[in-house]
Amino acid sequence: MSIGARPRAGAVDATAETAPARLLEVRDLRVWFETPRGHVRAVDGVDLTLRRGETLGVVGESGSGKSVLSRAIMKILAPNARVLPGSHIRLDDVDLATVNPRRNRHLWGVDLAMVFQDPMTSLTPVLPVGKQLTETLRYHLKLSRQAARDEAVRLLRLVGIPEPEKRFHQYPHNLSGGMRQRVTIALAICCQPRLLIADEPTTALDVTVQHQILNLLGDLREKSEMSMILITHDLGVVAGRTDTIAVMYAGRIVETAPTRRLFARMRHPYTRALIDAIPKVSLPSHTRLASIPGRPPVVIDPPPGCRFAPRCPSAQERCLAETPALEPDPAAPEHSSACFFPLGTPSGDAARARNIAAGVSAAGTPVAAEVTV
Amino acid sequence: MNVRALRRHAGSVARFLLLLFLVTVAVFLLLEMIPGDPVDAILPADASPEQIAAARQLYGLDDPLYERYLSWIGGVLQGDLGRSFQTGVGVAETIAERAPVSLELALLAMLVALAISVPVAVWSAYRPGGLLDRAATFVTSATLATPAFVLGIVLVYVFGVQLGVLPILGWTPFSEDPVEHVHRLVLPVLTLAAGECVLFTRLLKGDMMATLQQDHVLSARARGLPTWRILVRHALRQSSFSLVTVSGVVIGRLIGGTVLVEAIFSLPGMGTMVITAIHSRDYVVVQAMVLLSAAVYLLMNTLVDLTYPLLDPRVRKVRTS
Amino acid sequence: MTELVQDRPVTAPAAPASVADIKPVRRKRRDVGAVFGAAWIALVVLAAIFADVLPLPDPNAVTNAFSAPPGGAHLLGTDAIGRDVLSRIVHGARISMAVAIGATSIAMVIGVTLGMVAGYFRGAADSAIGIAVNFMLSFPPLIFLIAMVTALQPGLVTLVVALALLGVPNFARVARANTIAFADREFVTAAKALGARPIRILTRELLVNVMLPVMSLALVVMATLVVAEGSLSFLGVGVPPPAPSWGGMLAAGRESLREHPLLVLIPALFFFLTVFAFNRLGDWARGRVGRESSI
Repeated sequence: MSIGARPRAGAVDATAETAPARLLEVRDLRVWFETPRGHVRAVDGVDLTLRRGETLGVVGESGSGKSVLSRAIMKILAPNARVLPGSHIRLDDVDLATVNPRRNRHLWGVDLAMVFQDPMTSLTPVLPVGKQLTETLRYHLKLSRQAARDEAVRLLRLVGIPEPEKRFHQYPHNLSGGMRQRVTIALAICCQPRLLIADEPTTALDVTVQHQILNLLGDLREKSEMSMILITHDLGVVAGRTDTIAVMYAGRIVETAPTRRLFARMRHPYTRALIDAIPKVSLPSHTRLASIPGRPPVVIDPPPGCRFAPRCPSAQERCLAETPALEPDPAAPEHSSACFFPLGTPSGDAARARNIAAGVSAAGTPVAAEVTV
Repeated sequence: MNVRALRRHAGSVARFLLLLFLVTVAVFLLLEMIPGDPVDAILPADASPEQIAAARQLYGLDDPLYERYLSWIGGVLQGDLGRSFQTGVGVAETIAERAPVSLELALLAMLVALAISVPVAVWSAYRPGGLLDRAATFVTSATLATPAFVLGIVLVYVFGVQLGVLPILGWTPFSEDPVEHVHRLVLPVLTLAAGECVLFTRLLKGDMMATLQQDHVLSARARGLPTWRILVRHALRQSSFSLVTVSGVVIGRLIGGTVLVEAIFSLPGMGTMVITAIHSRDYVVVQAMVLLSAAVYLLMNTLVDLTYPLLDPRVRKVRTS
Repeated sequence: MTELVQDRPVTAPAAPASVADIKPVRRKRRDVGAVFGAAWIALVVLAAIFADVLPLPDPNAVTNAFSAPPGGAHLLGTDAIGRDVLSRIVHGARISMAVAIGATSIAMVIGVTLGMVAGYFRGAADSAIGIAVNFMLSFPPLIFLIAMVTALQPGLVTLVVALALLGVPNFARVARANTIAFADREFVTAAKALGARPIRILTRELLVNVMLPVMSLALVVMATLVVAEGSLSFLGVGVPPPAPSWGGMLAAGRESLREHPLLVLIPALFFFLTVFAFNRLGDWARGRVGRESSI
């Protein structure tokens, strides 16, 4: 739990005015890319809300649109990207989708910050590490040279880099991967952002280093009121480190819930499949790794129907004709899913059983018997 | 510097010396290949056999080949590049007189080319398909198709004849009249710079566009840093190395280009000296010029090879790892 | 905690009307430049081949009509001593093209041979050929040409030989790089396993593959050699007068630049169009063949 979040006692009316301030609100965000093949709908109608001090995990496979989502918020999309009118991204009072970056020079880098996936490439190779830090500090906070230098050293120490004075003068290629990522984190937090977006911050690192970096992020989150969006394809990363999780597929959020509840009572078949795909030590050896057949779609001119239907073990006729919207669970309003036959409900379980008996889903995908864990 | 770097440098130097040696041999043999007896150029047509024999003795023309080579190269190393058949004046002296003109031309052309191409390339990479990019691409294609001497004459026609703005030929030393000096330099420098501009712009734009796609630029944008800063500190610095690698070729083209430009604008440089020498069969002069320019060219290329690692910190690391 | 927007319909709404705001995706255009390039080169080559048959006056025939403007008997006018400009252009084209194509072909044969030998056998052969090629590259291009012209005396043969030597390093480099790249492939290994001798592998298997990027390079080299020949002729050490050459015409026309600019502008235009055509063709060819064809 992060400091500053409201205790969750009893049923909470999610729209109560006394709730902690909403930091970030995303409404109907659509980001389409112009390509020779047509308009690729990378993000196609995403709604999100983030409170101060809250950590949201966004989970999805490659191509789900999670990275594009983060880049849309940070306004660093590729030139052929189009944020459709009608999309809203509000940070407190500012609508990030429409605001002019040039008039708000001290928004990005100060209130909003991002940590990228690959520390090898996200630091400028020809500038010393310290210079990259002081540059940002001096530009945004108008510090003097000496003050910036001291602050930079302090930040390097804060993120756990030994001998920060020495590292200050070194180039990125002189540092190991883990240390480079720490520097990237230092760069991101140097102006005390209100929102930190970490896009797969540990994917490019060794497993042992991953743990350290995630712990570092957790520490930082606890010490400040910083909200965080943690983007990853790895459910294990978000399991103990987030307050809420949103699962994305094909440009849409298909399920979102407080973390514990998501793992305990997932509704959407895709979420279930993701969790099933994690290899577990408790299973006997030589157990076949469960994987999701097929590949996530590149959405260009989508046919009607649920986008996961072609790969979904629960798919029924209705799923191929109508598109489900993200609906809250009547029993638990903070848990929503976009499915006509959610798991754990009578209709959902019946649908799954039907498909297993038939050996095939309504979309034609073979369905095997379930492995219960 | 560790052993591996030293070995690499030693290799470059060794190669340089070997090639230099081959160049001197080739240039020496150059003169040997010319048909006709060298003495014919020195003595009048009705010289007596004794005079011819004496001349041959004097110039050592009967000595074996390698001896003549050694005495020639010995002279060169001491600064004696021979005497012009025509004027009798030492070639080294004439070169020293004319070199400043050619050097000034070449250097200014290089600077002007960089001054134009860097901003254009940076902005074109930042806004591809924009107005500047499209205009630059158009101009670049047209210039690429225009040989230097053609461009020079066309410029002369447009600016000198039609518009009457700039003088067409001739040279005024800086000491005499600075303004006129610069005035007369404008067209020649522009002509010479044009070709290199094209090369630099294309190269730098391509490199910059690739760099601007990289994560560290994205990261800098995400930090809200101003555009010009990102372009210059984070992108240009890295992309400028490609310009250095091509500078060797550029120097070679400049050397040749200077000859053409001096011919067009009648500038008293080393280029016009060589052309006159060819026409008047003053082979000693030609030989000296070829040797000098090849040696300088080779030297510059070797220096570029040696200094490149110093510029790029990543390459430095790779070399010393 | 994530919240939801209330009052959402069960089925998600259809795509927004704002799609119309998005510009349609552009299609690729035909390469107009390459087509023009091919057409122009073909025209020039044809005119050069059939120069004698065309109804043109003798390019060296001196007439009384000095520096006449275009029109009438002389379609492009006459030069300072009354020679027909169009005829000189066409005959000059013949010489320029012949020299460029001849020199390029020779350079290709020598360069590709050297490059393939160096790339296939590596070791001592590679080192020796490498030194030779680097030696040739030690001279700035124009200086090299000047040296050759001085040694061998100005003339057509000298020109072709000198220009060919200038082009050899380019072909050698590309041939070598491509040979090395292809020598690793399975079809070469298979041929070796079947007991094929090196000469057979080189000519049967590798040559065909190497020739593709080499042909693309040949276009660029030809453009370069046309310009080089023009430069030399301009300086007076290229094609010996009175034979017509574009470079020579340019040099001669300089004298009367003020009064009769066309004498300069016409050959200038032809130079521009020809080099431009070669460049466009070269770009197109390179686009089809791939990056290995660059120097």
